[in-house]
Amino acid sequence: MTNEEIKDLVLEIIEDIDDEADFDSLDPDQPLRDQLDLDSMDFLDIVMELRKRHQLQIPEEDYPNLATLNSCVMYLEPLLKDA
Amino acid sequence: MPVFLKDLQESYDVIIIGSGLGGLTTANRLAYCGHKVLLLEHHHRLGGLATWFKRRGHIFDISLHGFPYGMVKTCKKYWNKEIMQSIVQLPNIVFNNPQFNLKTTFNKEDFTHLLQTRFGVEASTIKKFFDTVTSMNFYDDQSMTTRELFEEFFPCRSDIHRLLMEPITYANGSTLDDPAITYGIVFSNFMNKGVYTFSGGTDKLIGMMEKELEKNGVTICTKAKVNKILIEKGKVCGVSVDGTTIKATAVVSNSGITNTIFNLTESHHYSDEFLTKAKAVRVNNSSCQVYMGIKKGETIEDVGDLLFTSTADEFDSEELLDLHTKSKTFSIYYPKTRPGHDRYTIVASMNSRYSDWAELTKEQYLAEKESLIDRSIKDLEKYIPGVTEKIDWVEAATPKTFNTYTLHTRGTSFGTKFEGLDVSRSIHKQVGGLFHVGSVGIIMSGWLGAINYGVIVSNDVDSYLRA
Ligand SMILES: Cc1cc2nc3c(=O)[nH]c(=O)nc-3n(C[C@H](O)[C@H](O)[C@H](O)COP(=O)(O)OP(=O)(O)OC[C@H]3O[C@@H](n4cnc5c(N)ncnc54)[C@H](O)[C@@H]3O)c2cc1C
Repeated sequence: MTNEEIKDLVLEIIEDIDDEADFDSLDPDQPLRDQLDLDSMDFLDIVMELRKRHQLQIPEEDYPNLATLNSCVMYLEPLLKDA
Repeated sequence: MPVFLKDLQESYDVIIIGSGLGGLTTANRLAYCGHKVLLLEHHHRLGGLATWFKRRGHIFDISLHGFPYGMVKTCKKYWNKEIMQSIVQLPNIVFNNPQFNLKTTFNKEDFTHLLQTRFGVEASTIKKFFDTVTSMNFYDDQSMTTRELFEEFFPCRSDIHRLLMEPITYANGSTLDDPAITYGIVFSNFMNKGVYTFSGGTDKLIGMMEKELEKNGVTICTKAKVNKILIEKGKVCGVSVDGTTIKATAVVSNSGITNTIFNLTESHHYSDEFLTKAKAVRVNNSSCQVYMGIKKGETIEDVGDLLFTSTADEFDSEELLDLHTKSKTFSIYYPKTRPGHDRYTIVASMNSRYSDWAELTKEQYLAEKESLIDRSIKDLEKYIPGVTEKIDWVEAATPKTFNTYTLHTRGTSFGTKFEGLDVSRSIHKQVGGLFHVGSVGIIMSGWLGAINYGVIVSNDVDSYLRA
């Protein structure tokens, strides 16, 4: 997957979690939590969805890597390079 | 439709033991993730403590007294939109005790206002208190107790301590001596937007959940009590129900954590260290309830939705547990509870100790039950004068009743104290493929806690099944 595709994947998953999420003014370097009002349960949903769609196993200690859109891409890029 | 035991398949990806809200949610999530799920429940209906019963045209709800607004998002994400849309606010929460009488929407704005105007607290102190409790996390330091938290912000104000604590003690059995974080997390959940209920009643909710489970392909088998979880070479391989073995790669127990470790499995599967921790887990208190049905055609005035009442001078967790406690809540179910079902019911709830009831002789037990009913009706008269004449059905439940229906250790109503959470979270590290879900650790109890915990555990199970 390209970085753009990974970005779209993450946003698509977030949209599934919250269909009212507003991505227009999203700063990719700021925490998703604050901008989109995501809680820890929402992050768990992202992890589960990534496992379901791409068989990714993300250990709990890696969750902080999912904090911002760009950090998601950085973290997922090597894991999804063949996807 | 539930399937008969004899019609079950030989093996499943995962078996869920128990259909409390935690078990139901785990079953639903795992089926949604594509696993083959079997749900086994010992009772003839699903729901566990989220249950109801019918008498003479009345429908009595057991644990539908109120939950936080967070249920809206949780039901939308982990169940469906229809379930979410039935969640409505209970706007009138009443307190009546020797220290104060008031009515509130039980949210941050109203509490801020009350604390300022009725209790004379500085706005800055109130703000600091709310900032402190809303920022609490379960992984924070647990050494501070709720008593210390209250003393820090509202020293020597037993009236304020009562206002802040009494509802939470009823909601999850916690006391002033439990970790402040457990208080902070649960209290701020409620303060977010107030108290909510499920329009249509518990029967409607569980019916909708059952439909969703079937849609997602969960096999449901009721009247199936699991006697043993089968373990081979450190990993689960199935369960045994009345002599029938059903195989599975993973087993999730929604039976209490103490039941799961000490009754459903054998001790030699666990390390000594784990067993020591498990033995130290304290289960929470149980409950007593009195269910009162109002004659068809009779009406009662709106006196509030949820009444926290007491004639005890001050709040005291021990007093709330006493066999003859002077404190109880009344949930008043007006026809709005079940639109179309034009009836009024009232449920009085009290916290209670299993040992107080288990030690009674049969005659004493029946006499105490009668006296519990009499006290409840007498207390209710204070709020609804003349109600005695309007009641055409009354009966009571005790800790023994809760134990019979849920099999929970000492009839616990709210799982375990805080230390139970760590034991529940780490059981799968002891026995591969064995997970626990359900009320534990105070914060994971209640309808919202049990459902959210179901989602958290589903993630662990899914990860195990896909590894
Ligand atoms: C009186 C009372 C009032 C309450 N009021 C509220 C309220 O107003 N709001 C709120 O949010 N929460 C309330 N609660 C708490 C809430 O109901 C519970 O925290 C929640 O429903 C518990 O869900 P659970 O997943 O832990 O499972 P439980 O509801 O405890 O269910 C466990 C299930 O497992 C089954 N089981 C156990 N062992 C076996 C076995 N060996 N084989 C097969 N099945 C088995 C049992 O039959 C049961 O169905 C109340 C609780 C009580 C007792």
